[in-house]
Amino acid sequence: MTDITKEAIMPPRSFLSQDAIQVFYRLLAALLICAVLAVLSDSFLSLGNILNVLRQASLTFFIASGLTLVVLTAGLDLSVGANVALSACIAGTVIHKTGSPALGILTGLACGGLVGLLNGIMVTALRIPSFIATYGMLWVLNGLTYWYMAGETLHGFPAGFRQIGSGYLFGLPIPVYLLLVFLGIGTLFAQRTIWGQEIYAIGANPVAARLSGIPVARRLLLVYAVSGIMAGLASIIFLSRLNSAEADIGESLTLPAIAAVLIGGTSLFGGVGTVFGTFIGALILTLVLNGMNLLSVSANWQPLVTGIIVILAVWLDMKTRRRTQ
Amino acid sequence: MREAAVASEPHPLQRIPGVAIVLVLLIALFGAIAPGFLSVANLSNVLVQSTILTMLALPMTLIIMTEGLDLSMGAVLTLTSLCVAIVSLATKSMLLGLGAGLLVGAAFGTVNGWLVAILGIPPFVATLGTLGMAQGLSLIVSDGQSVVGIPHSVRDIYSATLLGIPVPIVMALVTYAAFHGLLYHTRFGTYIFALGGNREALRYAGLSPSRLLIAVYAIGGAMAGIAGLLMTARMNSGHPTAGLGLEFDAIAAVAVGGTSFERGNGWLLGTLLGVLSVGVLRNGLNLISLPSSVQVASVGVLVIVALFLDGLRSRA
Repeated sequence: MTDITKEAIMPPRSFLSQDAIQVFYRLLAALLICAVLAVLSDSFLSLGNILNVLRQASLTFFIASGLTLVVLTAGLDLSVGANVALSACIAGTVIHKTGSPALGILTGLACGGLVGLLNGIMVTALRIPSFIATYGMLWVLNGLTYWYMAGETLHGFPAGFRQIGSGYLFGLPIPVYLLLVFLGIGTLFAQRTIWGQEIYAIGANPVAARLSGIPVARRLLLVYAVSGIMAGLASIIFLSRLNSAEADIGESLTLPAIAAVLIGGTSLFGGVGTVFGTFIGALILTLVLNGMNLLSVSANWQPLVTGIIVILAVWLDMKTRRRTQ
Repeated sequence: MREAAVASEPHPLQRIPGVAIVLVLLIALFGAIAPGFLSVANLSNVLVQSTILTMLALPMTLIIMTEGLDLSMGAVLTLTSLCVAIVSLATKSMLLGLGAGLLVGAAFGTVNGWLVAILGIPPFVATLGTLGMAQGLSLIVSDGQSVVGIPHSVRDIYSATLLGIPVPIVMALVTYAAFHGLLYHTRFGTYIFALGGNREALRYAGLSPSRLLIAVYAIGGAMAGIAGLLMTARMNSGHPTAGLGLEFDAIAAVAVGGTSFERGNGWLLGTLLGVLSVGVLRNGLNLISLPSSVQVASVGVLVIVALFLDGLRSRA
C-alpha cells in the first residue's frame, strides 16, 4: 500500500515509466509468492514444477494477451473461453478428417478470428455494449459446440502435432517459446506501432480519438478479431497438449484470463495497461493456483480464489487511479 | 440523457407490440410445427417451468434499470439450492432450508451491491467475480457431488397444488404482484427509476443512492434464494451445476421484454412476457427434438437481436 502512496506523491515523468513502475510492483509480488511457496512446499522449486508453471502460465497468457487489447479499448470479451472450446473442436475434427495438422491449425485460428470479428461487428456496427454482446456470443458458442460434439470426445492426434503443446526444445517446453514470441509481438505492437497507440487513445477517450481522425470502428474490429485469433491459438495449444477435445474445455478459461489481465494492471476503464503486465498477471495467477495445488488444496477452491482475485485486482486498480488523479 | 429518461420516453404501452409479437409468433410457430405444443398439459408445463426464471428475471429487471447487471445470479441460485438441500436434509425442515437459502442469497446480493455501490466496481466485473466465488463455494460445500435424499416436504413444493393451481405458479404470481407493487406503488420503486435515470436527483432529495443500490442487489440475491428452493424441489436434489447459466435466460427475458440497458427504464410486464418467450422457445425446440445446446444458442441469438433492436429504437 505504501508503494501506491509513494507513486501518488511523486508523479512519474511519462506514461511509459508509470507502466514500468506498475510492472515492477507486480514482479515483486510474483517473487514474493515464489518465496512463500518455496518455504511452504519442498517441490515448488523443482525444475519440473517450474516448467509446469511456465507452461500453464503461457496457456493463460495466450488468451489474456488478446483480451488485453480489448480491455485497453475499455471493452471486454467474455466469449474467449467458449471460443477456445469451439475452435479446438473444429480444428480437431479437421485434423482427424484430413490428417493434416497444418490445415487444422489454420482452421482453428480462422474459427477463432471469425468469432472475434463477429464480436467486433456487434460492438461497432450494432453498437451493443461489449460485455453483453460477447456474453451473448458465449452462450451461442457454447450451444454450437455442445451441439456439434454431441457428447463425443475427439482424441488421438499425430505425434508431430502433439509436440506443439507437450514437446521440449533445449530443455524448455515449446509453449514457453511461443509465449516469448507473442509477448514480444504484443509489446511491440501495442507500444511501438501507430495502430497500437491508437488503441490506447481509443480507450483513454473515444470521442477525442474519433475527432483526431482515428478510424475507431476499424481499430475495434481489429482488436476483437485479434482477441479471437489468440483464443484460436490457445485452442491449438490445448488440443495438442491434452491430445483430446471436448465441448466443455473452455468453461474454466474465461475467468482466469480476465483475472490475468486485471492483475497485470490493465484498467477496465481503458487506455492504461501493458501486454507485459498481463504476462506477469498470468504468472501470478498460475503461481497462486499452482501453490494451492502443491499444498493439496482441493481444485474445487480454484473458482472461489480466482473470483476473489478478480475483484481485488479491480479494486486495487481503482484505488491506485483515484490517488494518482 | 436525463431529459431523454424523463421527457421523450415513449409510454410503456407502446412497447407491448415488440415482446407480445415475439411471444405470439413463437407460439404460432411451435403450434404449427411442434406436435403436442398447444396441449393443455404442455402449456401448463411451460408455465411451471418458467417459474424459476420469473423469480430471477423480475429482480434482474430492477438491477438492469439501475444500469447494472448481475452475472452471478445463476451461480448464486446453484449455491442457495445446495444450501436448501443440505440444511433441509440435516434438519428435516423445509422452512429452515428456505431460511438458509434466503440468507446465503441475500448475503451474496448484498456483497454484489456493496462492490458496485461502495467500491464502484463496474457491475459486470464485480458480479463476474462473485459468480466465480459462488461457483467455487458450490463445489466446496457439495464436494462436487449431488446432494440426494432431501425430505418430501421440499420435493412436494414443486408438485403440490393450491386451489387446483400448481404451487410454483402461485409463488411466481405472488412474486410478480409483489414486484409490481414495489416498483409502481411505493416510494422505493420511484427511487429505483431515479437510480437509472437521475441519480443526482436522489442526492438532492437527501437520499443515499449507494444504500438503495445495495438494497436492489440484495433483493436479487434473496430472490435467487427462493428460486433455489424451487430448483431443489424440482430436481429432488442439490447439484453443484444446477443453475449455471440461468442468469443468461433472465437477462434474455429482460432484454426481450423491452427494458433498456442504457436508459434506466424498465417494464415488469414486459419481463414476464419475455420469460414466457424464453420458456416457449426452449419448450418448442425441445418438442421438435433439438438438444438443449441448440436452445442455449437460440436464446443467445434472441438476446443479441433484442439488444440490436433496442439500440435502433434508442437512436430513432
